[in-house]
Formats: sequence, structure tokens, C-alpha cells
Amino acid sequence: MGELLTATHNFGVAPTRGTSATDTFKAALYLASATYNASTTAYSATGEVSGTGYTAGGITVTAATPPTATNSSATAGVAFFTPSASLTYTTVTLTTAFDTMLLYNSTQSNKAVAVYTFGSQTITAGTFTLTMPSNTTTTALLRLATT
Amino acid sequence: MIVTTTKGDMDTSLLENRTGEVDNDNEATTWTEYWLDGELVHRSVHVTLKKMPSFAGGETASF
Repeated sequence: MGELLTATHNFGVAPTRGTSATDTFKAALYLASATYNASTTAYSATGEVSGTGYTAGGITVTAATPPTATNSSATAGVAFFTPSASLTYTTVTLTTAFDTMLLYNSTQSNKAVAVYTFGSQTITAGTFTLTMPSNTTTTALLRLATT
Repeated sequence: MIVTTTKGDMDTSLLENRTGEVDNDNEATTWTEYWLDGELVHRSVHVTLKKMPSFAGGETASF
């Protein structure tokens, strides 16, 4: 399972990975009026927040700890990953309400990984922090499970 | 304590402090606001996510 998160296996018709280096993941914020969900395929600037201190594309995600996998049986297990630091947008002013964070892979053509939503917020000359959950099989930010 | 505001760095003793929090199945969120003469001059938010995301990519996976 953990190998799925590290792209060890390629079930496609041709390998698309040309490097063993870790990809760069980024986190972008989107307005409450924007529509980002499981149908989102890649980062887009459409509907992204804008304001003092915020750079289009968002911030780089710190991924110092590689994915982990545990198997509870021969056919069941969980692979999981959590960024190793909080996502912090420091000293920004975002006056239009936002409620979505898109996690995407900027190394792989900005392809989307996951969409997270939260209560609508604004920031005024302040800091927006997304604290990461504990990196466990039940709470990690990304979890792939078989049962 | 000094805080960044829309008026520049200010001592919090000069400002009105308001705080709030939300704790539900999706998130635990706290916010801190500083007001000066009825004007919001600083707002910071701290969100801890609890729920699984919507996996993006426009594809459905099954295992």
C-alpha cells in the first residue's frame, strides 16, 4: 500500500516517472464561491484567493516524512501520509471569504491530489494556519485503505 | 505583545481582542481578532482538519 503513495508500481502502459526525486507538493486556497471537489484534476488559478502576502499557487508543503503502510491482514491495510509541518500563510490579507485548500503536485503538471474544505474564513494582516493531523492510520491527511 | 495590523505593528494593549472557535466533525478552528476604534485591524485563523478529503483527479478508484 505504501508503495502506491511512492509510485513504486506503474500499472499504466508506459512509465511516466523519470526521476526518483521527491515531488514538490503545494497547497493553494480557494474562495468560498469557487467549486473545487473530487472532480478537480489540476491546480487552476480560477477562483484562487488573492491578496496581500499571498502568492498565486499557494505554498510548498513540507514532506519530510515519507508515506507509511501497515497491513492488518494479507488483504487489508492502510497507507498513509501527512505533511511534516503545518501549512502556514504568514502575514496575509484575504478579504474575500475562502473555504477550500487544494493539495496538488507541482512536479507532475500541477495534478490535483486532494481537496479539503473548512468553515469560510477571512484573514486581515494575520496568519492562516492549517495544522496537520497526527500521522496515523486513522487520522493522517492522506489515507488509502483496503478491507 | 506586538501584533501585525493594517495600521502597522501595534501593542495589543491598545486593541480590543475578540476570539472564537468552532469544533465539529470536520474541523477544530480558532480565530483571534484585534479591533481598533470599531475597525478590524488583525484577524488570524488556525484550522485543524479532521475529515478525509475529497480525493481529486477526476477518477474513481476501487480496491
